[in-house]
Amino acid sequence: MSEALSFILSVIPDLARGLWTTLQISLSSFALGMALAVVLLPLRVFAPLPVSAIARGYVELFRGTPLLVQLLLIYFGLPSLGIKLDAYTACVLAIGLNSAAYQCEILRSAVKGIPEIQFLAAESLGFSTAQTYRYVVLPQALRVAVPALVNELVTLIKESSLASVLGVVELTRRGEYLVAYTFRALEVYTAVALIYLVVCSLASQAARHLEAKFRIPGYERVSA
Amino acid sequence: MTDPVLIVEGLRASYGKHEVLRGVNLRVGRGEKVVVMGPSGSGKSTLLKCIVRLVKPTAGRVVLDGDDVTGDHVDIRKVRAKTGFVFQQYNLFPHMTVLRNLTLPLEVVKKVPKKEAERRAMEILREFGLEEFAHRYPLQLSGGQQQRVAIARALLMDPVLLLLDEPTSALDPELRLEVLEMLIEVAKQGRSMLIVTHELDFAKAAADRIALMDGGVIIEEGEPGEILSNPKSERARKFLVEIEVGIKNLSASARSAST
Repeated sequence: MSEALSFILSVIPDLARGLWTTLQISLSSFALGMALAVVLLPLRVFAPLPVSAIARGYVELFRGTPLLVQLLLIYFGLPSLGIKLDAYTACVLAIGLNSAAYQCEILRSAVKGIPEIQFLAAESLGFSTAQTYRYVVLPQALRVAVPALVNELVTLIKESSLASVLGVVELTRRGEYLVAYTFRALEVYTAVALIYLVVCSLASQAARHLEAKFRIPGYERVSA
Repeated sequence: MTDPVLIVEGLRASYGKHEVLRGVNLRVGRGEKVVVMGPSGSGKSTLLKCIVRLVKPTAGRVVLDGDDVTGDHVDIRKVRAKTGFVFQQYNLFPHMTVLRNLTLPLEVVKKVPKKEAERRAMEILREFGLEEFAHRYPLQLSGGQQQRVAIARALLMDPVLLLLDEPTSALDPELRLEVLEMLIEVAKQGRSMLIVTHELDFAKAAADRIALMDGGVIIEEGEPGEILSNPKSERARKFLVEIEVGIKNLSASARSAST
């Protein structure tokens, strides 16, 4: 048992090199998803029918199909249309596009919690819809959504393991390499799982701090 | 009335199939304070919202400071920037400080430079004894303090007409007074005001005219003394008795809350 444990500990530095790529993929795709969600959200919530239906269609499409299929479609399917992406870019793009749909829905439910009078107050002051979104709606929605957004990031850290399918050498793929020349699948994948667990726990821990930091002052008094 | 700041003619509005305004006619002169009273569901709030087109009327005309609000070619944001609107509650943006709540509309809508916006905001906060709240967040203030800040924000935009939709009715009885006192002070400054309220104290102290609404129309209109002491219609008489009783109950609960 102690031999197994020391083997697990010995492979961790090697696996950690893959962890860096895992974090790069998850953080980049989270940022891409956030950027798209911030654009998608007003189209979904404020835009007139044809546009809001398209935004809704986007969300349904990416939430209603498996991420792995989306990944394969982008990496193996797009070259038929003349768009050839390297494996890393394809992963960030696929996971980012997918996450945009989820982040949009997270922000949309946060927007629903904003009293309607807030919108009317902004309009009555002479704000345009874009200004209302920029100054009143989005900052409040983002603050309320911090826990759910961090949860989404944790999901992405785990989902980024799908990149191994395309041969990107991230944490899981590095684990596969190690198994290939040590034949110790149990220990290696246990180590891989432990690393994911630690990283995801740290992210959840950070969420609590972020939540406290971004909480609207006085909110705890009202909700108490 | 020469040169009225607001003309409302034959105004109609509906929510779906339910017609809320059924032909409202009203004028507010410059510097005039008009109080709108009426039972709930009589269309008072909708009337105020139609004036700045937060609700789109189905028929009729609204002319505000010479701009035809109901016309097709009006720049509604410009019209809104000329008025100040205070709602029952949730007026302030909770994620920004009181000071930022005041400076943001000046900067964004009136394009006032940041420093100048801050100077003007602090000046008005000082005028109404609110400067100690400048760096606090709205949810850290009492309901009454929040409403006073909301009124200050509306005034800061230097509106040609101040519209107030039941500014005290969401407040606890003991908090109403501070808002009422501020409103009476604002009224004395000579600003045109159209205010939906059941506060008889305000009506008596500051209103030039009272308009009683029921069933989507104005059923009676006149000077406060005349309307409150000698209403012509039975409906008006009945409604005034109801709010007198309501106020007595409120005062009783305020007394018991303070003891």
